[in-house]
Amino acid sequence: MIPDLILFFGLALVAVASAIGLLLSRSAVYAALNLILNFTAIAVFYLVLDAPFLALMQVTVYAGAIMVLFLFVIMLLGAEKLSTGPTLPYQRPLSILLAVILLLEAAYALFFRSSPGAPPAPALAGFGSPQAIGETLFSAYLLPFEVVSILLLAAMVGAIVLTKKPRRRG
Amino acid sequence: MLPIEYYTGLSVILFTLGALGVLIRRNALIIFMSIELMLNSANLAFVSFARSYEGMSGQIFVFFVIAVAAAEVAVGLALIVAIFHTKRNIDVDQINSMKG
Repeated sequence: MIPDLILFFGLALVAVASAIGLLLSRSAVYAALNLILNFTAIAVFYLVLDAPFLALMQVTVYAGAIMVLFLFVIMLLGAEKLSTGPTLPYQRPLSILLAVILLLEAAYALFFRSSPGAPPAPALAGFGSPQAIGETLFSAYLLPFEVVSILLLAAMVGAIVLTKKPRRRG
Repeated sequence: MLPIEYYTGLSVILFTLGALGVLIRRNALIIFMSIELMLNSANLAFVSFARSYEGMSGQIFVFFVIAVAAAEVAVGLALIVAIFHTKRNIDVDQINSMKG
């Protein structure tokens, strides 16, 4: 129990601190690096929660591919330094108030409407393994899997069309 | 193994921080990163509930969320690049007209 608590609170501290660092960072590159740290901490949580396949997918797809794309665009646009123009005077207090309301509502829905549970039993052998994921994915969820391939194709074509130079008429 | 409420509580906190980032930041890239943070906290809730109910469906949903997030990032970053090329700025306060 005690090592679990130390692991959880250490990782939770890293995750929350990097999220706050993302909010407060003055440079887009620092924000992206904070987000990578956050994704890695969440990947370790997936390992603790018996989802090793998803943990590695999180590291390769999210912390790897997606964040490299983000860093690439930041460098391409030269947008490392964020502009700090005048903000609306009520924007910051109002958004903090709304965030606190959201936090309280979500905490109420999660904790006070359901009875607190005991720690779950140890998982069955093979729970969350690539084999179990693959068997579920290609039997019960085969149609969504195929739809995702069309979605990725559409996203690829859309990204190419959006970044193409407009063709001159004439 | 800790009770599952610890993990869902952390997911609530991370989701709120992501929503706060969307509200207070005005750089389109940072807003986009905050949306990724919110997607990730939802994924954490999915995985913890999958662990709690011993079902694989929650983990499959995370798989789909990651695929959709990859597609979303590709299109969204292409949009940001296109907006930057016409307006020379990605401050969401400045983007107030649809015409390029």
